[in-house]
Formats: sequence, structure tokens, C-alpha cells
Amino acid sequence: MKILTAVLAAFPLFAQVTHQRLLEAQAKEPGNWLTYSGNFSGHRYSPLTQINDTNAARLKPAWVYQTNSLQKFETTPLVADGIMYLSEPPSNVTALDPRTGRPLWRYRRTLPGDLRVCCGQVNRGVALLGDLVYVGTLDSYLVALDAHTGAVRWETKVAEYTGGYSITVAPLAVKDKIVVGVAGGEYGVRGLLDAYDAKTGKRAWRFWTIPGPGEPGNETWAGDSWKSGAAGTWVTGAYDPETNLVYWGTGNPGPDWNGEVRKGDNLYSDCIIAVDADTGKLKWYFQFTPHDIHDWDATEVPVLIDGEVRGQKRKLVIFPNRNAFYYVLDRASGQFLLGKPYAKQTWATGLDDNGRPIRVPGTTPTLEGVQVWPSVAGANNWYSPSYSPKNGLLYIAVREGGGVYFIGEAVFKEGQRFDGGGFRSIPGGQDDGAIRAFKPATGEVVWEHKLFSPPFSGVLSTAGNIVFGGTNEGQFFALQGTTGKLLWKFQAGGISRSNPMSYLVDGKQQIAMAIGNALWAFEVQ
Amino acid sequence: MELPSTSANPHTTPADIEQGRKLYGGRCAGCHGPTGDGGKGANLAQPQLPRAMDDLSLYRVVRYGIPDTEMPATLLAPREVWQICAFVRSLGRLASSGPTGDARNGESIVRGKGGCLACHSIGTEGGRSGPSLLTVGSRRSPGHLRAKLTDPGADVPENYRWVELTAKDGKKAVGPRLNEDTWSIQLLDGSGRLLSYWKKDLASLKSERKTPMPSYQGKLTTSEINDAVTYLSTLRGIQ
Repeated sequence: MKILTAVLAAFPLFAQVTHQRLLEAQAKEPGNWLTYSGNFSGHRYSPLTQINDTNAARLKPAWVYQTNSLQKFETTPLVADGIMYLSEPPSNVTALDPRTGRPLWRYRRTLPGDLRVCCGQVNRGVALLGDLVYVGTLDSYLVALDAHTGAVRWETKVAEYTGGYSITVAPLAVKDKIVVGVAGGEYGVRGLLDAYDAKTGKRAWRFWTIPGPGEPGNETWAGDSWKSGAAGTWVTGAYDPETNLVYWGTGNPGPDWNGEVRKGDNLYSDCIIAVDADTGKLKWYFQFTPHDIHDWDATEVPVLIDGEVRGQKRKLVIFPNRNAFYYVLDRASGQFLLGKPYAKQTWATGLDDNGRPIRVPGTTPTLEGVQVWPSVAGANNWYSPSYSPKNGLLYIAVREGGGVYFIGEAVFKEGQRFDGGGFRSIPGGQDDGAIRAFKPATGEVVWEHKLFSPPFSGVLSTAGNIVFGGTNEGQFFALQGTTGKLLWKFQAGGISRSNPMSYLVDGKQQIAMAIGNALWAFEVQ
Repeated sequence: MELPSTSANPHTTPADIEQGRKLYGGRCAGCHGPTGDGGKGANLAQPQLPRAMDDLSLYRVVRYGIPDTEMPATLLAPREVWQICAFVRSLGRLASSGPTGDARNGESIVRGKGGCLACHSIGTEGGRSGPSLLTVGSRRSPGHLRAKLTDPGADVPENYRWVELTAKDGKKAVGPRLNEDTWSIQLLDGSGRLLSYWKKDLASLKSERKTPMPSYQGKLTTSEINDAVTYLSTLRGIQ
């Protein structure tokens, strides 16, 4: 018995990851990181305090795990019961021991050579439920792996990759289902959000992000343009057990920059959709950028908080959008409560009472190119914001900059690129960025820490009063959560395009972040 | 890097070339000129492109750009990239007229009266604070070189910064920026030293998109400038 105890202490026993555990992940298991955003509310917050603003200066790498890929490494690892699970480009999964950084098993997917990916062969993470690990693949399958061995337990085709679909998003395990979305916004797909039975892989429901003929919203697409209208679902959403709604952002309408061939508002592109977790039925939607012509996907992480708006307590969803407006909505009804710019923008004079943008004339892409702020990558993007309930602040890596937008021909052919234009940077433009702390319900800026260039990495806040983030110039850094003061930085030698997370290893806190083509784990030494 | 499986351009019909011309017009002409005879970007109206001797190399350059240069990647479908390639190759079949000055006289101006080598190097000779001229003839068109000599401040490269800084210990440094991030900056100072500073250790930092290069307008005659341009256009690497 003593021997057995020693073995168990050395490697904690993997317990079933139940829905109950996911619901209480942050309150009861701060040493684990069980979902993409750390909790269902999209907070990317760690209640751990071992690493804090008094000792962050002593952070050192604990280990580094190198991938064998030069593709962008965008993963958020999960940690459950002493094991780390991470996805790697293009569609691989590795389980590793976070004490040593040594792999325990690897799943290597063989992919076809004619994938349709707009922006790199990437993957942003896995989901855990029961004793399975779930990953979406670039050839548009959802695959369930045995958490102990990496063996394939089931795989289900979500969509036809030859039709322009791919999966880069980290799935979300909700109750007994795995929710997963698709990419394909530059290939004229018809977007969808799916849920699969976690045990069998059988599809439980599908929500088409573009309504079919006869369905409400189909009339917002001229002619047959709905068939190739894109509206992908490529960033992990949030879930509220009280409303039983899954909140998910949708991508740009297709073709991206040529709106002539798809006149109308183009629902449900560039929306947040709230769908019933059991049935996939739409409860409400809110469209941030009707008839988008700048490729401003609303594929950002929705942040669920309870807060006070105009003296009234509300259940809110906060959505710092790629289009440079900061939105506060009621998450039970979808009602628009507040919206204002949080980065430089030149495309709208403001929002009306319903949150609809009032467009500035002359900002439509042209053959010669038209300058508009924000840039095509926007003021925010797929990478995560972070909400610290302890500090009551929402932290966002904000991108400042504009772009030149072109219109181009757009003739749809299934499985081929369908973007109708393009973009480039503004000659002589001086883009930069900042980590900004906001009062979440009002969007008021409390502090900012300026960055040299527009970041492409998310942030993690911790109960140790730290905000972690990464730069395009290779630094991983820690700011003081209440002030934005720099506490520590480390040059990891590669562009970071991912999100930090935190967990305990044998009772010791680590912070992990994919930077360049490696996963780094840091601890205080 | 995703590359097509075919190494020869499969899209070379007149219609492809025409479509390539349209795509080129919006995306490439700004730097390479509407007829490809160069500008800030390389002269493409030549039978052989040093960076793209074969079709696949040209595809790679158009699709992914050239790292550490101003040549950016494009987000285009393979067919469109090939169409641009087809148009670019068609430019090389046009007769292009080079500069007509006296290259030998130009060389003596560059090395003598012009004083270019005080800052620029050509192979083993010359200074460090300006870019090397060793391959300038293959990278810049005669028109661009002429404009640089007469109005050097007009088209400073996108990422070029001239830095003047004073450290908290009072030491000063001036020179072109080599790199920069949120918290540090690296530069080459006037005496050719490589320097790196934490920004927190600086009392002042001025970083401007400007060039210290003087204008030769009025200092050299039109004919001398033409000769210098003719000589510089012959600089295409170590032969």
C-alpha cells in the first residue's frame, strides 16, 4: 500500500473530467486548467497566487518543448490531474509531463496535401471530457483521443475540407456534448456550429450561421450569395449554465472585401450568437458589423460577467470587437447596452441606439485602395482577453493601426479562395499596441502599458495581481494587474501568437505559453 | 510554406496575363512601377530575375515575400499568384532601356567627388552607416537611384529609422536603427559600433523615419548624376 501511495503521489491519478468539474473548475480546482479559457465564462483567469507581484522578477523557464513545425503555434494547453494536453500544428496532439516537459504520448494526424487554409496550418487547442481528449483537424474532422494513450476512440467528419472548410478552433465540452466550429471565411463556405455526442461522436445538433431559404435572415443576402457567405466559427466561445446558452462569435461574410456580390446585412456573419446548449436553437444574436467589407470577423472570445449598467445589475457579455468597438450586451436577451471605440477607427461615426454602426462614406474598399482604421487584423483578434474578478478589471491586448483595403473580382468556385480583394499596410504607418485595463461594464480605461507593435497574443490575469502577455518581438512579460507596471520580461526568441495559462505541478505554480515554435513553462525559482 | 506541386506556371494564357496585370496594378505597381521597370522595388522588366530564376522561385517570392526586405507576402490564391507571375514574366520580354550615362565617369564620382563611400560600402571598400551598394543595381531602378541622389528624404524605407539617443550616464549615440522592441533598441553608431540599450537606461530617445543622406541636387551636374546612376546600375553583386 505504501508503494502504491508513492506511485500515486509521483503521478496523480487521472480522474474523469466531468461536466461538474468543468463548471467548478476555477473555484474547486485552481491547479488545473480544464477548458480553453480556464472557465466557461471566457475569463482566462487563474486563482493561483504563488507567482505574484512580489516575486515575479524571479520567474525562470522550467522547461521548453519544441514542436517539429514551423507553422504558427497558437495553442492553449490544458492541464488535468498532472498531465498537460496540447495541440500542435498542423493537427497533432501531445500529452506531456509538466514536471519534466517530456512527452507521454503523441497523436500525429496524416493530412491531405490540398488543405484549404487561409492563414497557416494552425490549431488553438483541445477539449477534455470524461477520459477523452478532443481535437478539430485541418481536414475538418473532430477526433476523440484516449487521454491515457492518445489512441483514436472515434472520429467524425464535420465538413468537407475540399469545400473550403478547416478546423483550427479548440472545441468546447458542454454537458455531454462537444461544441466545435469551422474556419473557411476566405473560401466561401457556409458557416456552421456543431455539437457532437462526447461518447460516440454522433452529431447532436447543427446551427448554420447562414440561414437557408425560408428561414429568418436569409433575406439579408442578395440572390444566392448566402450559399457562399462564410461566417465561420473559428474561435472558442463561452457557456452560461444559468441561461444554458452557448455564446459564440462568427466570422466575416464571404467574399471578404467585395460586398457588391452579397448586398444586405449578411446575417449571421460578424455576430455573437447565443444558442441553446441542448438543441443548438438560436436564442438571440447581435450583429456588430452588418455587411462587413473589411474582414472584421467577430471571432473574439466573449467574456461573461455580472455587472452594473446604469444602476441596474445585469448578466453581461463583454465583446471587444475586431472592428475597434467595445460592446456590452445583456447575455440573457442580447440587448445592446453600451458600445464605444477602444482603439483608433475611422469607419463609423458611432453606434446608434441599437448598437448599429453609422458608417463613414468613402471607407469601402476600392481598386486603388482606401485607408481605413482599424487594420484588417483589427483592434482585437482571436487571441484572448482576461477578466480578473479579484481586480474587477478586463485586460485586452489592443492593436492600434490602419490598413489599405482593395476590392477585387469575386467569382465563387467551390473549394477555391473567395475573398474579392485584399489589403496592405499603410505606407509610413506607425502601428503599435498596448495592454489596456478596462472597467468591464463601462469600457473605461484604467491603465495602459504601451507595446512597440500591435500584439497578436492574448493575456492571462492571476490572483497574484499579474497580467501575462507576449509580444511580436519575442518577449513574454508580466505586468502588475492593478497598475500595468512591468514586473518581469523574458526574451524567448520568437513571435508569440497564443495565450498564456497557469496550473500547479506537484503543488508548484507554472505559467505556460507557446512562443515561436516552442511551448515555454515558467516558474519562480 | 505551402508551395504548388507543379514547378512550371500552369496559368500563362493571355487571359491569365491580363488578370495578372490587374492584380499587379493594385498590389505590386506601387513599388515596382506600372510597367515593372522598378522603383523602390526591383526592376522586373528584365529577362532574368536574380531572386526568381525559375517559376517556382518567383511564385515563392510573390506569395511569401522576401524576409528582412520590404517585399511583403500576399494573401492570394495560388491561381492568382501564378497569374501575377505570368504577367511579371511578360514584362521581361519587353525591351527596357537602361541608363545611358558614362559608367566609368560615374564610378569616379561615386568614389571621389560624391563621397558616397564615406557611408556606403561596395564590397571591401567603404563605410558602414549607409546600406551596402554591392547589389543596388539589381534592387533599385535607375529612376529610383536618380531620385535618391536628388531627393533622398522622399522615399525612406518603411522600417528605416535614424536614432539619436542619450543614455542616463550622459553617453550619446547616433545612427541607423537595427532593431527595436517595447523595452530595448539596437543601433549602429557613427563609428561602426553595434550598440544595444534598455530603454529604461536612456535619458532621451529620438527615432525618426529620415535619412542623413545629403541631396546631390546642385552639387553634381545633371550629367554627373546620370553617370553615377549608370555606374550604380551596374552594381549587381560580386561577379
